[in-house]
This record gives sequence, C-alpha cells and structure tokens, in this order.
Amino acid sequence: MRVENPMSWKLPLSRPAKGAAGKTGLWRALKPVVDLNKCTKCYQCEIFCPAMSIVVEPERGAIVDYEYCKGCGICSDVCPTGAIQMVPERE
Amino acid sequence: MGKKVALTGNHAIAYAVKYAKPQVIAAYPITPQTPIVEKLSEMVESGELKATMIRVESEHSALAACFGAAIAGARTFTATSSQGLLYMHEVVHWVSRARAPMVMAIVSRTINAPWNIWPDHSDFVDQRDAGWIMAYAMDTQEAFDLTLQAFKISEDPAVYLPVMVGIEGFVLGHTTMPVELPDEDLVSSWLGERRQPYVIDGTEPLGVGSLAFPEDTEDMFYGIQEAMENAKKVIREVDAEYAKITGRSYGGLTSCYFCDNAKYIAVSMGAWSGDLIESAAKLRDEGYPVGVLRIRFYRPFPIEDAWKYVSTAKGVLVFDRAISFGAWGPIYTDLVAGLSQYTTKMPVIANVVAGIAGVDVTYEDFYVIVKEFIDKVETGELNRGRFEWRRIRRKR
Repeated sequence: MRVENPMSWKLPLSRPAKGAAGKTGLWRALKPVVDLNKCTKCYQCEIFCPAMSIVVEPERGAIVDYEYCKGCGICSDVCPTGAIQMVPERE
Repeated sequence: MGKKVALTGNHAIAYAVKYAKPQVIAAYPITPQTPIVEKLSEMVESGELKATMIRVESEHSALAACFGAAIAGARTFTATSSQGLLYMHEVVHWVSRARAPMVMAIVSRTINAPWNIWPDHSDFVDQRDAGWIMAYAMDTQEAFDLTLQAFKISEDPAVYLPVMVGIEGFVLGHTTMPVELPDEDLVSSWLGERRQPYVIDGTEPLGVGSLAFPEDTEDMFYGIQEAMENAKKVIREVDAEYAKITGRSYGGLTSCYFCDNAKYIAVSMGAWSGDLIESAAKLRDEGYPVGVLRIRFYRPFPIEDAWKYVSTAKGVLVFDRAISFGAWGPIYTDLVAGLSQYTTKMPVIANVVAGIAGVDVTYEDFYVIVKEFIDKVETGELNRGRFEWRRIRRKR
C-alpha cells in the first residue's frame, strides 16, 4: 500500500489479522479428511477454500489447517478425485 | 494555444475527460448521458485515449468498477442519468466514504414514474447527502471546464473526495455550442499525476471498508465534513489557476451577474440560469436593481458567497428545478438554513419551484416572475418567505 495523507484523515482501511474472530475451527460440524493417496495435487481445494485453510504441499498433497477450517465442504465438492470426505466432527 | 470547436454538452465532457487521461472508464448506457461514453469508447477504440473501457451490466457495477480501479490507483470516470444514478446510489456512498477521488458526469433527467426523458434537477439533488462534491454547469463551455477542474479538485490532498459534474440532458447534453478547447499538453501537465490518500497496490493484504466501530466511523465521516470545508478554498484556487491557463474564471463556487448594488438577488443553478440572466438584464435596463447568483457548487454549499451578495439585499428569489415533496425546493432549504446562521434580520426569501419534469421556462417567464416578486416586496404585499410551485403552461 502507498499512502499520501497529509491531512491525516482517518481512513476505512484495515490489515487482516489471522484468527481475529478466534480459532474458527471450533465452529466446525463436518471435518474434511484428505486421502493423500488419491490427492493429485491439482490445487483446486487450495484455490477454492474461502478461509485459506488448505495448503497443497508439493510432496505430500492437500494439508488442512484444522484450527481455522470451518468445515464448509467446498474443498470436498471441488476435489476432482474424491480425495476429500466430510466426516462428522463428533459422533 | 487552444482551438474553438462546435460540441454538444455531452461531447464537451468527453473531451475534458480525454484531456484528464483516465486509465479506467466504466459505464452503462442511459439516455441522455450515452453520447459521453460513446465518444469516449470511440477514442479508446482509435487509440486516441489510452484507457481501459469496462463494459458492465448495470450502473451499480459501473461505479463499483470505477471504485475498485480508483483505489488501485487509476484515474477513473463514469457518467449516468436519472434511473441509472438511482440504481448506483449505494455505491455513490461507498466511493465518497472510502475517500476515493474520481469524477462522474450526471446528465440530468427527470426521475420516473412516469417515463420521462426531459431534464430537471431531481436526480442530481437526490445525491445531496452522499459526500460527493457536486458541481453544475450552465453552458457547454463550462461543462468542459468544470469536468477538468473536477479532477483537480477531487485529487487535492486537502479534499480527496469524488466530484459529480451535472448538466441538463438535451438542453445542454445534446445542444451544440462553440467550445474553446485549451492546449491539451498544457492542461494535462497542470492536472498532474494521479493523487489519492491510499493505493492498494498488491504489496500487502488490505481491507477497505470492513467493520469499524461507531466512534471510528464517526471520525471518518467528520473527515468528509472537514474535506468539504477545505474544498471551498481549493475550488477557488483551482478556478484561479485554470483562469491563468485558459483565461476563463467563473468566480469559484458561484457566479454572480449584475450583483453590484443589487437590492434583489435571484438564485438558480444550471442551464436555465442563462434565461434568468437574460431576464435580469432586461429588468436592469428597466431600472430594477436585480442580480443573479448562480450556484456552481451545490456541495459544499456556497453559503459564504451567498451571504456576501445577500447581506445587503432586500429580497431573494430562489429558483429550484427540483421539489422535495412535502417541503419545498432544495436550494431554498439550504440557503435559508445557511443564512439564518449569519443574521437575525433575514431579507424576504421566496422560493419558486418550476421547470419540473422538463417543462420549459423561458426568459419571458423569468422576467414575469422576478418582476412580480420585486413589485410585491416593494409594495409590502410580500414581507416574509413564501414557497410557490409555478406550473407554466403553453398552448401546444
């Protein structure tokens, strides 16, 4: 960001802070479980995850950050090989 | 040096935008604004103007696209009218409250229903509380000049607010008049590089307009009010600088005609001021001491200018080409509220609402109305404010 604000106006800008609303993983009802044998590392889940909670590691595959994943299931929907299953958080 | 060409009001605005060298234009067609963006897209197509023209699916999207481009650092422009302006109204507030400088042309047209394409000021004044600087031109030359000045005012660090430039559809928008185009390089270098309070340039994640608590939000809005105050000085300075380049000065926030020793002041905004000035000239010839105060900037409201001319007046007649249903004309409201802060002895301030929905008001009409007002104040028949909606009818 570049700033030129000589009048020191208060501006409606904010920097994102990780987990500003707490560890949102606690909200989860369904948990994505990745079968790394089926994962082709296509990056679809990482691209579509609205919470930036999946990272595809080149060696291992899709890794979910369970502290922040809210369990929306989009990754499971977009996965072309069915490698991500949504499993109830508590039986 | 400059050259004189024949242009419609719409095309005059398009040329001014070309001179300002915007990087992004987004617009959706609507009568009577369309020729502005048609001309600009021609210029973009031919390579004459190196800008990105974004074709969008609505006015709401048009302004949203400009908003995004503006906070990413681009000089942007859009234009709309009437229903289109109402449709984008939500984003109108976003742009100003996020302090994104840009310019938008409003080619006024009556608000529906019923379907009506003739001009009045209702669409323009409807944006009154949005935090935009609002200017209105009287003729085609001024439409050009105001549009260029609008970019300069908008991007001034003491202001940083978007600016609307209004003209009446058809009577100005589609009417050809001689326009003097200044030297493009000279004007472009006077305008300078794009300036804005912040630029989202992708170097770090940043949110614009996400949740803020009441106190912070109020502080941000207070800043807009301060910027409006600052804008008054900047508008006068820009007018003076522009005069040095082009030889044309309009007097800042208002223009006043025959105001020396005027005991009566008629107030108006927009193209019909030309007719009012004609009638005032005739009345002056007949010995009536009347002047015309023309509002060029509706926001910030030029109350200091008004007080300067009105303080010695006996009567003030405000012409409004818009009606706030259930009250009266919007300029009248502002003027009376503003003047009440200067004096406990107000002159007689009356309001005539006319020309609504595009009804023609000629200089003869103005002559009759102004003369009648002065006569009534002189005889004492009218000794306080009065509101009248004058519906002028002619045989077709």
